[in-house]
Amino acid sequence: MATLDLKGVKKTYPGGVAAVHGVDLEIADGELVVLVGPSGCGKSTLLRMIAGLESITEGTISIAGDVVNRKEPAERDIAMVFQNYALYPHMSVRGNLEYGLKNRGTPREDIDQRVAEAARILEITPFLDRKPRQLSGGQRQRVAMGRAIVRKPKAFLFDEPLSNLDAKLRGQMRIEIRRLQRTLGTTSVYVTHDQLEAMTLADRLVVMNAGRIEQVGKPIELYDRPASLFVAGFIGSPPMNLFEIDKLRSLPGAEALQTLPAGTGIVGVRPDTVALSQANGPSIKLTGTIELIEPVGGESHLYVRCEGINQIVTIVAQGRTGLTETSMLDFWLPQAGFHPFNIETGKRLA
Amino acid sequence: MQTKRTIFPNKLLPYLLLTPQLAITIIFFLWPAGQALKSSFEREDPFGFKTTFVWFHNYARLFSDPEYLNSVWRTAIFAVSVTAISMSVSLLLAVAVNRLLRSGKFYTTLLVWPYAVAPVVAGILWWFMFNPTIGILPYLLDQFGINWNHRINGSQAMILVVIAAAWKQISYNFLFFVAGLQSVPQSLTEAAAIDGAGPFKRFWTIVFPLLSPTTFFLMIVNINYAMFDTFGTIDATTQGGPAGATNTLVYKVYADGFLGLNIGSSSAQSVMLMLIVIALTVIQFRWVERRVQY
Repeated sequence: MATLDLKGVKKTYPGGVAAVHGVDLEIADGELVVLVGPSGCGKSTLLRMIAGLESITEGTISIAGDVVNRKEPAERDIAMVFQNYALYPHMSVRGNLEYGLKNRGTPREDIDQRVAEAARILEITPFLDRKPRQLSGGQRQRVAMGRAIVRKPKAFLFDEPLSNLDAKLRGQMRIEIRRLQRTLGTTSVYVTHDQLEAMTLADRLVVMNAGRIEQVGKPIELYDRPASLFVAGFIGSPPMNLFEIDKLRSLPGAEALQTLPAGTGIVGVRPDTVALSQANGPSIKLTGTIELIEPVGGESHLYVRCEGINQIVTIVAQGRTGLTETSMLDFWLPQAGFHPFNIETGKRLA
Repeated sequence: MQTKRTIFPNKLLPYLLLTPQLAITIIFFLWPAGQALKSSFEREDPFGFKTTFVWFHNYARLFSDPEYLNSVWRTAIFAVSVTAISMSVSLLLAVAVNRLLRSGKFYTTLLVWPYAVAPVVAGILWWFMFNPTIGILPYLLDQFGINWNHRINGSQAMILVVIAAAWKQISYNFLFFVAGLQSVPQSLTEAAAIDGAGPFKRFWTIVFPLLSPTTFFLMIVNINYAMFDTFGTIDATTQGGPAGATNTLVYKVYADGFLGLNIGSSSAQSVMLMLIVIALTVIQFRWVERRVQY
């Protein structure tokens, strides 16, 4: 158990390609931090730098207060779960779990006891003498987790560990990882590109874009107050509607825009805050044709083409709407749901 | 293993497509093999006028001949040394090249060239370098007080043919090892590094076991190469000498049959060789292949 400290961490590959441009991040003891972002944003590179699989071009990484920049992966006392699990195919499950302990010269009885305990926690005891190829995807995933927990490392690093599983199993494993991490209380860094996974797992969420941190915070804070257009578009599904403010000025109820801070160029509205009936308080009225309805069960996603502003607006409506495609729809953007952004910097205003 | 099956609408077509390969096998393998089998039971008079059927007489003489037994022993030493040297050197080179990012292709190209050299030429090359009178290597060895003369020293002659034969096979092994190494996922060595294994331990506990299918395949190929494909190398360097020190089974078949003109004995020897090949192949594919599955 330990804190993790990243100060001005940069990565430039030989040949001049920069993958990470100065990342500062402090991770508290026992915290689960999720790095999320589109592919190529540098999140995996950052994780591999913490693990010691990539060199650090600039800045420092400390684990439990020790700068580990020049330490070998083995000396950092971390465990990593790989996307393809990276189980040793020629060893049994037991061999896979023991390997790290044997290399560190753990006494035999200690090894047996730890392996038995990890196998019990992950419910893989019946498979201990099988080879990885005889296991299903979910079982392999558990073995990979087991290999991480037997060593009782200072930190767990997860590199998109669930992306090879089917949707149902992914949901189950997500809950299990969360439970396991809470029980063990081990500091963890989790990399994913799946924003649902990111939102549900994270104590704190780090949104990365093009090698930089866009925003750090509790998942719900990021959802409620995205700090930039990038975060606004990335967190939340379906993504936030973004309107150029000038297009809204001539619409009924445009007075609602007056309270926005000076310099606002873009107004964002979450699809679930769009109202289908006139609400209390100031709101802007829009009219459009329903192009597509996606019934998701408890809610429906409406895609409405608004000729006036020449844009498709996404609306999340609760329950069954009774609406039909190609029909006309009036809806309101309530002032309380406005997210003001500057158009040049892409940053949130107020 | 799953294989894709092709269904031919015409019954004759598959056989027609196989004909060229079958023709080659029949003309260049089955027919001469049959001839060898036939003449191994015969004795021919010195002038080639008359052949008599002598049952297993040729075989019986062979197994009581100390020179033949010596040749079996020499072949074993030769095959094991060539296989061990060519495989370990090529594995070393493959591991080294696999660590390079950009220059790897360049080295691979260079390292493949020896394979294009004909066995006889390779033999002559080494014969020249080791030539006791004009060669560069005996001169250098002399500086260390080693008197090199493979024309009179049997062990030195063996070393010479082993080096010449192994050198040529390194390229082939190297290519397979490089391909094998590249198919070992990077994440496995990374996981092992995190699990506290140093570079040597990573290689011997993770990479090498995963290479075992390649290694065993190459072992079969190399033993077969050393036993049967090195005639040219030996003929160009030592001609089986001195005093039979490098007289391998294949070379002895040639020497007894074409130089000694003892067709019966030579045929019996080639039949023995055929049996050895069959036995080796069966052993290796049946038992060894099965155990390298992981």
